[in-house]
Amino acid sequence: MDNKELYQQIDEIINAQSSEKPIVAILQDIQEVYRYLPREAFDYLSEKLGVSLAKIYSIATFYENFSLSPKGKYVIKICDGTACHVRKSIPILDALRKELGLSGEKNTTDDLMYTVETVSCLGACGLAPVLTVNDKVYPAMTPEKAIELLGELK
Amino acid sequence: MNTMNNKKFMMIDGLPVAIEGEKNILDVIRKAGIDLPTLCYYSALSTYGACRMCVVEGKHGEIMASCSTPPRSGMEIKTNTPRLQKYRKMVLELMLADHCRDCTTCDKNFDCKLQELAQRFGLKKVRFEPYSIWDKTDNSSLAIFRDPNKCIICGDCVRMCSEIQNVGAIDFAHRGSKMEVTTAFNMPIAETNCVNCGQCAAICPTGAITVKNDLGPLWEDLHDPNVRVVAQIAPAVRVALGDEFDIPRGTNVMGKMVTALRRMGFDEVYDTATGADLTVIEEAREFIDRLENGGKLPLFTSCCPAWFRYAEINHPELYDNISSCKSPIEMLGSVIKERAKQQETGKKPKKTKVVAIAPCTAKKFEIKRDEMQYEGEPTVAHTITTIELANMIREAGLRFEDILPEAVDMPYGIASGAGIIFGVTGGVTEAVIRYVLGSSARDHIADISFTGVRGFDGLKEVKIPYKEQELSIAIVSGLKNAENLIQAIQSGEAHYDFVEVMACEGGCIAGAGQPFVLGRAKPERADGMYEADRLSNVKLSAENPVADALYTGLLAGDKAHHLLHYK
Repeated sequence: MDNKELYQQIDEIINAQSSEKPIVAILQDIQEVYRYLPREAFDYLSEKLGVSLAKIYSIATFYENFSLSPKGKYVIKICDGTACHVRKSIPILDALRKELGLSGEKNTTDDLMYTVETVSCLGACGLAPVLTVNDKVYPAMTPEKAIELLGELK
Repeated sequence: MNTMNNKKFMMIDGLPVAIEGEKNILDVIRKAGIDLPTLCYYSALSTYGACRMCVVEGKHGEIMASCSTPPRSGMEIKTNTPRLQKYRKMVLELMLADHCRDCTTCDKNFDCKLQELAQRFGLKKVRFEPYSIWDKTDNSSLAIFRDPNKCIICGDCVRMCSEIQNVGAIDFAHRGSKMEVTTAFNMPIAETNCVNCGQCAAICPTGAITVKNDLGPLWEDLHDPNVRVVAQIAPAVRVALGDEFDIPRGTNVMGKMVTALRRMGFDEVYDTATGADLTVIEEAREFIDRLENGGKLPLFTSCCPAWFRYAEINHPELYDNISSCKSPIEMLGSVIKERAKQQETGKKPKKTKVVAIAPCTAKKFEIKRDEMQYEGEPTVAHTITTIELANMIREAGLRFEDILPEAVDMPYGIASGAGIIFGVTGGVTEAVIRYVLGSSARDHIADISFTGVRGFDGLKEVKIPYKEQELSIAIVSGLKNAENLIQAIQSGEAHYDFVEVMACEGGCIAGAGQPFVLGRAKPERADGMYEADRLSNVKLSAENPVADALYTGLLAGDKAHHLLHYK
């Protein structure tokens, strides 16, 4: 990655924030652009914000939502909250993993196209089982419909 | 009842106890003579409330952490109910369930708060299996050793590192049962911004962070007939070593220590305070030179290796402000090595190895620095801490309390009082002031001690007359205090000519290699230092006859700069 471009991007993100420079919000904005938090961003942020590298790492690893490794172009989040779980969300997860050659440890395809992960609740229990692709909601899914959806994304 | 003599009271175990501005119930309880256990509470650090050992029970059966509950007038609490006993035991059991329990081989054996509490609460059985992945230990640092298997996530080290030292090399990572204290990206600690001050190890209640043990190679050298082992004892060690042998706090045990070192096989024993006299002379000369010739000011002291490292990492722009002087240990080390070279006789002369006995963990790093070499090898071969020395004495079976004191060796056996007080915050400054004021200082020793150089404030400011002008001096200890001062100087808010920085709050007497002192023992140790100064017949570094002889002999010509400065 071109660090110069990254630094410029981070500068813009920091400047857009209030003077208090909330670290979580800044990390969210960086993740929004790069779909993950690049290693180089930490060193630059540490210097820019005067916060230790270990503290930023601490915050980034505390929240499940932050990723330290690159994510796919399409981030598929399968809801595994109680409602979705009892309406069989796990078979959907298994089907997607099998189709994309992913597992619990490996959740992003090598071509950086897809990331498959679970979330605890999307707050759309009435639509269970539900999944989102890059924050777009797909209700009442089945394993078959999920595979079909993959085809549409391509 | 609750407002006797207009005072505020609370009831602790049925007895009234006055509330006198304590910020939490814990302090009130301790004032009442109850040693409530804690693993994560230190008044000098922010309150974290994580260990839950300090829980107390309220009137209505509510359980609260006393460290994070402010006292209120009329409050009624109990500190030792069946529920609390059960609760504390359970907390300990859960902590121990996920803790490496190889106590006998642990560096903290008998000095571990977790072990102590497990004993105290009679914990005999741990019912749970450990569940976390046993992380690798981190042996990368020259000063400290990390063993995450022994971490109880109390965060004392994290708060020490960021709040007091402004370093933040370690922090919590991850969450819940996966939470650990580690560096950013799990880097080896030696590759981070760690300055080796060791305060994390000093405050760690368990063996998760310990001071690096360097006794193995030292014993080897002591037992090698071809090696001449020369010890030098740093000032602050003499007033702290006694703590390890139940000798009253602050007692100067220099003489006993000298005897013990000889008995363990050290060939010669010197006082680092003699090296400190050289440092005072060199640093004061450098200071005067900068004052007279318009050099870069303020002049920052360079003798604290943790501060030096901190400046190197965080303030490279201060490079020219920092004194070019080596530390007292390195100065005396260079002199000892140079003399040994000059005196070498025979075909196979004994190899001279210098051993520094120091209150400091950062010295373990300093002696390996490129600038601190003598003819291609470290000037000082080993640095061991006060606690390591105590362990050596125990290992050798010497009964320290019965040892008769002896004097240090000549020719470097004389140190001025100015050199000795190096071990306490403000000491370097006081010594330099004595030098700058010259012979007139002799009559004003007491006056100088009242200018504000003494005491334990994080920032002390002193003004002294020098020729037509008034010199402004700042003394800081604790790197957070140092950082605040640097910010004030760089923003133009403050102006100083001379700045003394010690990384550990209180100076070397509170170094991480000393028996642990946070919040206690500092005044006693400082008194011990000042008493040694009062008892010394030489008060000024410049009047030390050893220094005099060195400058006309071994250090003559450009040798002084070559041997005593790192740049």
